[in-house]
Amino acid sequence: MIGHVLVVGASLSGLRLAEQLRGLGHTGPITIAGAETRMPYNRPPLSKDVLTGDDDETALVQSLSFRLRPSLDDVTWKLGATAVACDLTLREVSFADGSTLSYDALAITTGLSPRRVPLPGGEKDRYVLRTLDGALALRARLVAGARLAVIGAGFIGCEVAASARKRGLAVTMIETFEAPMQRAIGLTAGQAMQALHRSEGIDFRLRAKIAGFIDRGDGHLDGIRLESGEVIACDLAVEAVGSTANTQWLAGNGLDLSDGVLCDNAMRVEGRADVVAAGDIARFPNLFADEVPRRIEHWTIPGFTAKRAAESLIKEMVQGSFAPVPAFWSDQHGLRLQSYGSPSLGDASELLEGSLCPGDMRRQGAALGYRRAGRMIGVVLIGLPAGRLAHYRNLVEVGRET
Amino acid sequence: MKICVDLVRCQLHGQCAIAAPKLFSFGEDGKLQWVEQVDESARREAEEAADVCPEQAITIED
Ligand SMILES: Cc1cc2nc3c(=O)[nH]c(=O)nc-3n(C[C@H](O)[C@H](O)[C@H](O)COP(=O)(O)OP(=O)(O)OC[C@H]3O[C@@H](n4cnc5c(N)ncnc54)[C@H](O)[C@@H]3O)c2cc1C
Ligand code: SF4
Repeated sequence: MIGHVLVVGASLSGLRLAEQLRGLGHTGPITIAGAETRMPYNRPPLSKDVLTGDDDETALVQSLSFRLRPSLDDVTWKLGATAVACDLTLREVSFADGSTLSYDALAITTGLSPRRVPLPGGEKDRYVLRTLDGALALRARLVAGARLAVIGAGFIGCEVAASARKRGLAVTMIETFEAPMQRAIGLTAGQAMQALHRSEGIDFRLRAKIAGFIDRGDGHLDGIRLESGEVIACDLAVEAVGSTANTQWLAGNGLDLSDGVLCDNAMRVEGRADVVAAGDIARFPNLFADEVPRRIEHWTIPGFTAKRAAESLIKEMVQGSFAPVPAFWSDQHGLRLQSYGSPSLGDASELLEGSLCPGDMRRQGAALGYRRAGRMIGVVLIGLPAGRLAHYRNLVEVGRET
Repeated sequence: MKICVDLVRCQLHGQCAIAAPKLFSFGEDGKLQWVEQVDESARREAEEAADVCPEQAITIED
């Protein structure tokens, strides 16, 4: 018996963890505490359909909220509660409103917050995207003809750019790397995606660094100055320059919080039997790739890690090694990008099918394979049906070390 | 127990076919195929498929 389980972070990972605990037969009390006032909802549409569509807040809450299994009927929700401190010895978490909760087992699922560009100016026109409220605030500014600068051409940046373009904005992307999404899918695929974005009218400034935000003097943005001296005139900017893990509340317990929460392969936090982590915040060795602990910011990881973490809390159930295959998708300009495995760990890539030339890629799609020391460690499909993923997935499975 | 897929929501992510290959697959025509009527022994697999669907398109009716 593990008694009272306190889950901090009420989003996908926290929800799945509670479901798994119930599924594994835990009948004791569960509390899920979260900083947002909303029940857990789905984030991927925030940069896609939410920005391109016109659904109002009520309709969006309805469609984005996760369905709750009946097994969670007796869970206590403590929403609008930001954890500010935690004592792993006393087993107690303190919240911003001064309240405290004690626990027998703690699950850490506080996810990420967008990183900000650490330069002043134009604050009233600078946006980040992680929450529904953030998406609604940004959408209100996406009016045809407005000039948007997207800082950072990772997945979220590229999706925001594509969505804004669809609404008729003039969009410029500013990125320090040589191609969009380069870290995740490599230079070749990144350049093919860049060509696609350009064919839809999006401008790029690559290998570009921001020198400053030009303020009109009233907190509004006039433009962005690059280190090259060039000024990108814009009415608003989205900062999509990556995320930092929400670990502040865990400070003072001697944990390694250098990049998320360090976990072992059983999702236990530094070997503790009563503390686990799951989802975007968890840095764990995924034996699919190797023994190096890494954080993985993909939608499918909360499900896998929450299950593993729940099994670890119900101690005797954790068996074997944990090697979930990362997978993610993205939608840009009507093309679906699917990734399976860890393309970012590859040292070489090859075209497996189709074409990377923009026009041909739209018609035929493209599949790329990524090898690490010869082993196929990931595949990326652009504009191909899901059935093709089933085919290419097998190539990755074969390369798996056991 | 019945597995329902809301084909308006379904965006053909194929996550269900990864999680529960015995219940979900893709046909030659690229369309999603699934086993509709399953017995209790397949509940865990069906629930797993419902959990991994990014569009929440899969529901299980008792
Ligand atoms: C705009 C956007 C688009 C995305 N698109 C895709 C996609 O297309 N494909 C894909 O695979 N993945 C996508 N993702 C990633 C996916 O949504 C995440 O992997 C997933 O949300 C991770 O869930 P999580 O529960 O671990 O963390 P989160 O969803 O970040 O949840 C953490 C929760 O903890 C709360 N919290 C934080 N600090 C505290 C505290 N101190 N006390 C209490 N509560 C706290 C937060 O408010 C939040 O509700 C996208 C993400 C975003 C933001
Ligand atoms: S996971 Fe969901 S969206 Fe994807 S194919 Fe299956 S039912 Fe459709």
